[in-house]
Amino acid sequence: MAVLGIDIGSRTIATVVLNGRGEMQSAAVADSGPRPLEQARGMTGDRHIFRRIVATGYGRHGARAGFATGLVTEIKAHALGARHLFPACRTVLDIGGQDSKVIRLDEAGRVADFIMNDRCAAGTGKFLEIMARGLGLSLNEIVAAAEAADGDITLNSMCTVFAESEVVSLLADDRPVGAVARAVLNSICDRTLNLLHRLGTEPAVVFTGGVAAVPGLSAYFARRMNLPDLLVPERPQLVGALGAALYGLKQPGA
Amino acid sequence: MTDYRRMWSDLNMDLEKHDQLMNALPLVYEDVFLRQAGRPRAMDYFDSVVAEIHSERIAELQAHKNQGGKICGAFCVFVPVEIARAAGAIAVGLCGGSQFWVPDGEKVLPRNLCPLIKASVGARLSGTCPYFQSCDLLIGETTCDGKKKAWEVLNEYAPVYVMDLPQMKRPRDLAAWREETGLFLDKMEELTGQRVTAEKLAVEIRRQNRLRRALERLYRARQADPVPVSGKDALLVTQVGFYDDPDRFIERTEALAAEAEERIAAGEGVFGAGAPRILVTGTPMAIPNWKLHHIIESAGAAVVGEETCTGTRFFAHQVDEGGVTLEEQLQALAERYLKINCSCFTPNPGRIEDILRLVGETRADGVVYYNLQFCHGYAVEYHAVEKALKERGIPVMKVETDYGEEDTGQLSTRVEAFIEMLR
Repeated sequence: MAVLGIDIGSRTIATVVLNGRGEMQSAAVADSGPRPLEQARGMTGDRHIFRRIVATGYGRHGARAGFATGLVTEIKAHALGARHLFPACRTVLDIGGQDSKVIRLDEAGRVADFIMNDRCAAGTGKFLEIMARGLGLSLNEIVAAAEAADGDITLNSMCTVFAESEVVSLLADDRPVGAVARAVLNSICDRTLNLLHRLGTEPAVVFTGGVAAVPGLSAYFARRMNLPDLLVPERPQLVGALGAALYGLKQPGA
Repeated sequence: MTDYRRMWSDLNMDLEKHDQLMNALPLVYEDVFLRQAGRPRAMDYFDSVVAEIHSERIAELQAHKNQGGKICGAFCVFVPVEIARAAGAIAVGLCGGSQFWVPDGEKVLPRNLCPLIKASVGARLSGTCPYFQSCDLLIGETTCDGKKKAWEVLNEYAPVYVMDLPQMKRPRDLAAWREETGLFLDKMEELTGQRVTAEKLAVEIRRQNRLRRALERLYRARQADPVPVSGKDALLVTQVGFYDDPDRFIERTEALAAEAEERIAAGEGVFGAGAPRILVTGTPMAIPNWKLHHIIESAGAAVVGEETCTGTRFFAHQVDEGGVTLEEQLQALAERYLKINCSCFTPNPGRIEDILRLVGETRADGVVYYNLQFCHGYAVEYHAVEKALKERGIPVMKVETDYGEEDTGQLSTRVEAFIEMLR
């Protein structure tokens, strides 16, 4: 029987269905919306067909109370998912909607250490969205705009709210949109590098989470962070849900 | 039955605001404590102490005052309560551990200051803590810059006496602290109008040593697997030890420790055998701050010890009872209190030795470093502690937080992932 992994994040909800042999049968991503648990429940469809439903992400406890049969933290889920996709993975960089984390794995793929930002959206998907809006760009355009510009503006504010005012001031000061976009991306890069340095970066590094799916962004990060071999899954938003499903598959018993 | 509202009113408290505080407490307490499975029966006493936290004990303090006795309040484990008691005063701990008091503290203090200081000052300013209202004198100390300057603000509202704690541990620092201990004795005699004799001080030294031993006995019981008492309950007991009547507290804590020992003999515990074991180290957790313990234990791990001011720093080391003269007793007191390894000392290698020893004694699988926001001493000292632990392959995670609940979700994720890693 199949296993469902569901990652209930702050911005999106992802599901992955694995059959008994661990092959992906289906996957979906949707906005979390204002009522994420209802949304998540809707995405599970006919739950009787699953041997197990494992929830991860910040909505995991609510899901467990409602419909899921098990839960796993997003740290372990991302570790399992990244390792499954890239068996050489020793470091996971995950940037999601409202947090970012670095996970170091040992040779056997177990979580050896991790670091996570808390109570602050600095350097996360939310930060990127808010800055893009301030720049009048979509997430699909922001990297291309930054690539096309030059100049070396630095954003001084880590805080999303202050950084937004700083972007507004820079634009009011007639700085080119692309150059400010560049400053925004560099700010996220620098913050992420800080996390990576604090934990130590063991290759291979896998980049997961919704931010990795922004067009052009992983290549930009790889260059800026001097990680030419940065590995990015085809659908980085699914890695948490995949890990949750793999976790469910590994549990003993029916 | 005592009319507590009248008592609170006589203490110039803001009754309406106080009601808000007291209405919230039972719900939190139910959720954090009473829903725990398999608690020791001896915890009933401590439950009742919390249920009557602003009534019964306050009535005792008032009875003492009505007979001409004095009350002094302290904020820190460095204040030698033996001396206050030998002078006939009752000493109570005053640290604020609730977010409820923080906004009032922020009216006179910067926001980016540790929540413990903001809550303590806010508790006094808002007139919602009957312990503060009962105090004839507040005893401050110089364990951090935030507190040092906060005493000046607090002194506008209530008399504050400050003990100058040295920041190093050289022989001359011990001499200075010995002198400061003597000055504190003079101050207590002045407050109560009673002489501190060597006989009275000897009684109080023995009493507080007994209290320390009772807490140590409970701590030793927590070394068993399965652990016979939860970390939340043990933390609560220590918190109560700061303000309860010492003799009653000793008796009840001994009873709890005895019950815990029976459980160990019967192989019973509050968590299953083999549950991950966590040592907490860092900044104090003043009542009713149970946030981190609740997160850890809700995730299925047991907190088996606290290297904090509301843990081992409160009760480790006895005062030498061999002193016959006041001079000898003051020396013994100064020596014991200066053994406390607070991050305000530089350097502070003793704290790392304590943590490593406690990891072994408690058989901890990992360490959670608890840092109240904006407590710089402990935040900086994390560097050395992390290094020492990682060199020995002991997993450690730092949690920096305040009394607010808005980061509970992310903290739970981190703590749960840390525990997954230990399993």
